[in-house]
Formats: sequence, structure tokens, C-alpha cells
Amino acid sequence: MLRTIRIKDLSLVRGERRLFSGLDLEISAGQAVALTGRNGAGKTSLLRAVAGLLRPAHGDIGFEGEAGPLEAEVARSDALHLVGHHDGLKSTRSAWEELRFQSLWTGGSEASARVAATWLDLDRLLDLEIRRLVGRPASPRGSGPAAGQPPVAVAAGRADGPAGRRPSRGLRRPDGRTPGRRWHGAGRRARPLPVPYRVVEIGG
Amino acid sequence: MRAFLILLRRELALAWGNGGGPLLALAFYACVVTLLPLAAGRAPERLASLAPGIAWLALALAALLSLERLFERDFEDGALDLLALGPAPLEAVAVAKCLAHWLAAGAPLAFAALIAALALGASPHIIPLLIPCALAGGLAFSFLGGLGASLALGSKRGGLLVAVIVLPLYVPPVIFGAGALDALAGGLPWTGGLYLLLAYSAAAVALGPIAMAAACRNALD
Repeated sequence: MLRTIRIKDLSLVRGERRLFSGLDLEISAGQAVALTGRNGAGKTSLLRAVAGLLRPAHGDIGFEGEAGPLEAEVARSDALHLVGHHDGLKSTRSAWEELRFQSLWTGGSEASARVAATWLDLDRLLDLEIRRLVGRPASPRGSGPAAGQPPVAVAAGRADGPAGRRPSRGLRRPDGRTPGRRWHGAGRRARPLPVPYRVVEIGG
Repeated sequence: MRAFLILLRRELALAWGNGGGPLLALAFYACVVTLLPLAAGRAPERLASLAPGIAWLALALAALLSLERLFERDFEDGALDLLALGPAPLEAVAVAKCLAHWLAAGAPLAFAALIAALALGASPHIIPLLIPCALAGGLAFSFLGGLGASLALGSKRGGLLVAVIVLPLYVPPVIFGAGALDALAGGLPWTGGLYLLLAYSAAAVALGPIAMAAACRNALD
């Protein structure tokens, strides 16, 4: 299991432009991190580099498991999932067809896709085409922090569920409890859990 | 292998369910086959001698039409990121996409070539050779077209670029395929043309995905 992502002296270049250089960052399992920075600072590029889609101009991106360093390919295939600016969904396909494909493609099963849909209360939407769903709020339950409140991230999913690889897997509260244990029941009764996050400015 | 089959199934579903891409290629094929005889002259003997060539030329152009956005749509909507990060290497992704294109468009076009050749008055005894030639040639068209589509990823006038890259590569299968059919129709040895066509198609299938994967990585980087 992936425990730490360690970035050392990382530089990224797109075309002729250097996005940033000398970035050091360590993210442990259970931490949520918000990357901030102006447009074009390299936030998305950093995520793509961690995912292996972008070659760094300089520096290292290392992955460590419980027993020591992990092969990058193994860590990426087993523990990382990139959700980019574009969702990769096909507008003419139904939500169920796309959910099923995503589940199978990432090593899950049709049953796990069905369970995930039920837990997230998406059953009623599964027959709709993606183009009919686009533009609606991704989650009717999530909400931003109120004024004066500390920033929070929303872990959208049960960490201990069978649906497998989700961004929320491994997120832990400061008191050590997994967010999934705070979820009760399924469907409408399930609620997301606010998780404190660390802010890292890119290109600042 | 499981991931490859999952992707192949999805690509086939997308090809058939996404605005009728193969039907468009078939319609384009019918238009070209109808138009060319009008320009070449209506004498039956003349049309009969041109039939294999016309069928092959239309096959190449129709295959090209539906290949333009083989990778571009995935590149634009982020699906190519997902595929690149998936369990199958990009080379296998390229094979699945080209194979799906061939099954969805190339194979129906091969049978359309049969009908077109007969309609143009081609000798019926070339039919047994026409189908395997069109299928093998279509396979080469799909994989070479995929190469052009991947190289044109992200460019503003990708369709034109794909045509410029791909059409020169389509010359050998057109020569070998139409040559084999002509030879058979003329009572000459035709196996050489067929073997060369099969060899060219095999090379396109073997080497094309490596180049396609490299081009996709370059576009994603």
C-alpha cells in the first residue's frame, strides 16, 4: 500500500516555458493537499507528472509503501487515480455504461460498480445519457466552507467500501479514524465527511 | 488481455452507437463509387476494367474519412489520459482502437467493395479474391490511418494533416490489392500481389501500434 509520495527538487517545463523549479513536497497517506497558484503555474502539470503523464525536466517523484520504496509503475497502477479537468466520459453513452467501463478498466468489477452506484444514490440516473447529466452539480451533498471556517475537503465515498480505487481511499482524520467509518447506511442516508487539508502553493 | 477486450468492446460500441460513423463511411463509399464512373466514361468494358481500381480507391478514401478522429475525441475529452493510466499499455490501446475501427468500418466496407465491383461490371471470378484483399487492405488502412490520427493529435487542422500523412502510406496496399485483382481478371499470376498485400498489412499491424503509442505519449506530455 502506498504510504508516501515524495517529490524532490522537481522542475516542470511545457514547451519553452518553465512552470516551476525546485519543488519539494511530501504527502503521506491520509493527508489531503490543496495545490494553489495562478493560472498556468503548473498545478495540473504537477498532478500529471505524479500520475506519470508528464516527464519532469528535473527532479524525482518517488513512492514509498509500508515496506520501503515502490516501483513507480506499481504505485501508479495500484494506488493513484487522476481526475483531470476533463472527465473522459462519452456523451452518447449512458451513465451505467461509463461507470461500468471505468470500474472494469481500473480493475474493478461490474458488481462493484453497481454497489458504488447504489451507495452514492445514483441508481435512478444510471440509464440517462451522460450529455443529459453534464452541467448538473457533481454532488448535491457537498458544500464549501462557510466564511471564517477552516478549509475542508470533502471525501466523497466510503474509504472502506468495495468500490475500490477512489481518491478518498486512505484519507484519515487527525484523530486517526477513517472517514468511511463515519458513514452510516447507504444511499440518501450516507453523508460526506469534511477533512482538513494542507495548502501548497505552486509557482509562488 | 482482459483490459484489451474491455476496451475493444467499448470502442466497438462507440463506433456503432456514436452517430453512425461506419454508416457514414459506407455512404461516402457509395458516393465515390457512383461519381467515379461518371468521370471515367460509361462504356461497360471500360468500367469493368476500372472496377477493381475504383473499388480500392474508394475503400482507401472511405477508411480515411472515419479515421480522422480515432484518437482526437479521446484526447479532447480526457479519455486518453484515462486509457494511458490504465492497466493496458498504450500499444494495446492503439491495437484495440484500430481493430475496432476495422471491425466496425473496414469489414463492412470490404463487403461494400464486393457489391461495388459487381455493380461496375467486374468479372465475377475475381470475387473470391476481392473479399480477402479488401479485408487485408482494410486492416492496413485502419492501422496506418491510426498512425496518422495519432501523429495529428492536438493539431488545429488535424483532418488535412491525417490525409497528408496517411495517403502516401496507402499507396502500396492499393497497388498490391488492385494489381492482384487485375492479374486475376487478366489470367495472370496474382499470388504475388496478394502476398505482398498480406505482408504489408502484417507490418502495419505489428509496427503501427508502437508508433501510435509513442505519438500519443508525445501529445499527452
